[in-house]
Amino acid sequence: MKAKNTLGLILFPAFDWAISPTHPEREERLLYTQDQILEEGIEDIDGIHFFNPGIATTKDINRVHFCYPDPETLLTESHFIAAGGMKRAFDAVLGGETDKSFALVRPPGHHAQRVVYGDRGFCIINIEAVGLEYARKKYGDRRVTIVDTDCHHGDGTEDIYWNDPDTLFISFHQDGRTLYPGTGYMEELGGPGAYGYNINIPLPPNTGDEGFQYVLENTVMPILEDFQPDLIINSAGQDNHYTDPLTNMNFSAQGYAALNHRLNPDIAVLEGGYSIQGALPYVNTGIVLAMAGLDYSGVYEPDYHLGKWKQTDRVTSQVQDIARRVLENWKNKEALAEKKFKGKKTVQRQRQVYYDTAGIMEGQIQEFKVCPDCPGVNMVHSKNDRGAQILGITIPRNACAACEKEGYHIFEDKSSSSKQKKYLQDLLNDRYLTSSD
Amino acid sequence: MIIGIDMGGTNIDGVAIHDGSLIKTVKHPVDRENYFFSIWHCLEELLQNIDPQNINRINLSTTICTNAIVENNISEVGVILQTGPGLKWVFEDLGSYLAYLSGSVDHRGIVVRDLDMKELAEIKENFSQNPIEALAIVNKFSTRNPEFEQRIHDFFKSDYEEITMGHQLSGKLNFPRRVQTAYLNAAVASTFRNFTNHMLEALAQKGITAPIYILKADGGTIDLKGALNKPVETILSGPAASFMGMRALFDDAQTDRCLIDIGGTTTDIFFLVDGTPVFEPTGIEIDRRKTLVRAIYSVSIGLGGDSHVRIEENTIKIGPKRLDAAVAFGGKHLTPTDALVYLGKMTGQYPDKSKDKLKEMAQEIGLEPKALALKIVSMVGQKIKETIEEILDQLNANPVYTIEKLLQDRRIKPQAVEMIGGPAQALAPYLEESLELPVFYPERYEVANAIGAALAKPTVEINMIADTERKILSVPELEIYEKIGKDYNLDKAQDYALELVSKAGTTLGLPQDQIEAEIVEASSFNMVQGYYGVDKNIRVKAQIKPGLLTKLKKEASSHES
Repeated sequence: MKAKNTLGLILFPAFDWAISPTHPEREERLLYTQDQILEEGIEDIDGIHFFNPGIATTKDINRVHFCYPDPETLLTESHFIAAGGMKRAFDAVLGGETDKSFALVRPPGHHAQRVVYGDRGFCIINIEAVGLEYARKKYGDRRVTIVDTDCHHGDGTEDIYWNDPDTLFISFHQDGRTLYPGTGYMEELGGPGAYGYNINIPLPPNTGDEGFQYVLENTVMPILEDFQPDLIINSAGQDNHYTDPLTNMNFSAQGYAALNHRLNPDIAVLEGGYSIQGALPYVNTGIVLAMAGLDYSGVYEPDYHLGKWKQTDRVTSQVQDIARRVLENWKNKEALAEKKFKGKKTVQRQRQVYYDTAGIMEGQIQEFKVCPDCPGVNMVHSKNDRGAQILGITIPRNACAACEKEGYHIFEDKSSSSKQKKYLQDLLNDRYLTSSD
Repeated sequence: MIIGIDMGGTNIDGVAIHDGSLIKTVKHPVDRENYFFSIWHCLEELLQNIDPQNINRINLSTTICTNAIVENNISEVGVILQTGPGLKWVFEDLGSYLAYLSGSVDHRGIVVRDLDMKELAEIKENFSQNPIEALAIVNKFSTRNPEFEQRIHDFFKSDYEEITMGHQLSGKLNFPRRVQTAYLNAAVASTFRNFTNHMLEALAQKGITAPIYILKADGGTIDLKGALNKPVETILSGPAASFMGMRALFDDAQTDRCLIDIGGTTTDIFFLVDGTPVFEPTGIEIDRRKTLVRAIYSVSIGLGGDSHVRIEENTIKIGPKRLDAAVAFGGKHLTPTDALVYLGKMTGQYPDKSKDKLKEMAQEIGLEPKALALKIVSMVGQKIKETIEEILDQLNANPVYTIEKLLQDRRIKPQAVEMIGGPAQALAPYLEESLELPVFYPERYEVANAIGAALAKPTVEINMIADTERKILSVPELEIYEKIGKDYNLDKAQDYALELVSKAGTTLGLPQDQIEAEIVEASSFNMVQGYYGVDKNIRVKAQIKPGLLTKLKKEASSHES
């Protein structure tokens, strides 16, 4: 058997790592997925290659995050390796080894925001962002779309690319009023430098295959047609599955594979998904086959039968309404931005962020400079309930000279409190500094 | 006394070894019309003047099954597959009688959908109208739960003599390979049974009652009873014989080494890691079929002492073909052997002719003859070096699944080379230069393969799973599917795995002090389902690794060039 698209598979189940012995993110998580992939004989398909992950460096992490106190203290080896797996996925595709790649690694990353005090939603660092920013430095900047099909809002990826017009983030998820992390509303459209480039599609509980298909076809594909990305990444969380213990959706392995096939991403990465026996083996096999351009029609769950997971008419009409409104926002993004930001020199955004796994509460104020020449230098003032205080400054990859200068100016300003740790993230020059070093 | 016989493509070699000393060796060409006769002829000559009562064992490396497969001299097999949900493999090369059944078990061996007896009856009816001689029955995930394969077997057992069930062949997961392996096993079963019967009959006439063992591709042996059940295990044992022969001829080294067997046509390359052989990750490939047959990792390249050396578009080319013998040994075409003769490292039967031929080519390409001879030899070294580097790149990139292994990043880095074969001694100094490693070669190598076959000891590998939620412990290789308690744990599983492997070793005739059972991998996963507490999914791989029954006594130790 020969794959139509060559595929690099980074299957790293980290069989010796868990958050805790009975935590959903435990050693067993990819055991049955590996069994299924082995039994299907995926390793013997011409054109599918298995790669070991690399290991990310602290510089790779600092390109994306302000880790407090620092990456070495917060991260375990498994995080460096999961991010390293993502780097390997980018190397495989952008280095020309394979047409596509799929990082089946753990732990996931899409809840990790720019500021990191600890674990949120089983994520500490945003592995896809770490991989992407590494790739942008190594292979040149690219217009990228990240389509997050995890059931939870990809609030970490949203935060990281909030003000980046070259990274279109689209998150499918169960409505935040009914599920962690409680965000991901349609109105969250991005910062002044990238308004409209953050797209949330909050779906009602019990959305099934046809609902996802509808949104993909009628909203996501037209947006991609407009945006014309150089690279598409699928954050392939698998907890929309009808067997997932933590969520309330009715998506199936066939649905996931069909979505992946239609979306046609260059790179996919596993996110959440904790139905490790009933869903993951089948969903992952479906995605592998879809990416390789092979027939996935035989991949279905033991308890799957058509009709059982059909969504109700009420859900269908809700989904259609959401799809329409999301597309409208996209079409009107310039006008909406004009209305929201006109005449403003800076835009502030105040938020509270809860680290559910680590039990930390953070309060932050983000400040974005509205710049006519670049997305604008921006800052995040953050405090947590354990007394940490930080100021993170980001100079964007394509910053103008004025914003670059201003970033350093703020970083070097001595007037701020000595309790505050300062970070400078200079993406333009790939330099990462902290005040207390 | 141990008798070892290695049947290769061209020659059949035999040795008699007593107390670690080589008593007798024979070498004959293989009679391709009658493989049994070839072996018997060799055996008869070896046994002249030897009292049958003094023979402890006969170890055979045979190409009986290999040849049956590559020459397509196999039985008509009815194949019954239960593919379950998943990737739709297309099996086009399983003969004319392929039947699919519904029903399936999942990755844990839980029955998802039962067998359909009506379908089975239809298959039986259909098969009965066709000239089918053997059956292969394979289900997806049958190693996790062989119930369906067994029930299908029982349904057909009065109709067919040779029935292969997939789960018996290997505990490894890989459905398409299990299908191919079971198909081949069924296809060669009767050929191997005939061969065995001939052999036993002939031995009985001679009054020989010593047990017979057959060499496997993993460098271990299997007893005749085992081989009759799993004849597919006997395929491609040639490289394993050569590998084990080298283990017998060279000093033990607990380091990484590269082993090279350079013949007339091809060169086989193997590796040792910390003195332990490197295996094929999943199984060996035969006749473009990927199988689950465990094998020592070996790579064969078309380069040897008799490879064709010529000039193409003003550049020197070597191999991959052998046209005939070296000029120095009566052939017509220049070879690396002729270059070694020119350099005074070998003596041929026709050294003058050989040198003339080399001079002729030197003139053609505008080099001094000696420079050409050196160039040829260094090209051989370079090709071997490049091949080794390619293989190591591949082996060092084999997937790992734990953080410990990934961080360890254990790369194979040969510290020395062990080499046998016709040009080994002459080539050694040049290869040493190319590889920048010490190259060792033994005093005698002519019957290394037969020595390897003779001294190989039985091997066993098991893949155990203990699932405390289903309360089942399974060892497909030993057909063990037993009840366990909720409290079963990793320690118990490891102890039991070692006990099972040791017991299997004893059954195969290994003395206690030679069993050396070991755990290869062991892990225990917490299973958390709903609110019913924590169960365990325990996985243990154990083996008796390939080794030598006895070390060969040194007539003269191996040499470093």
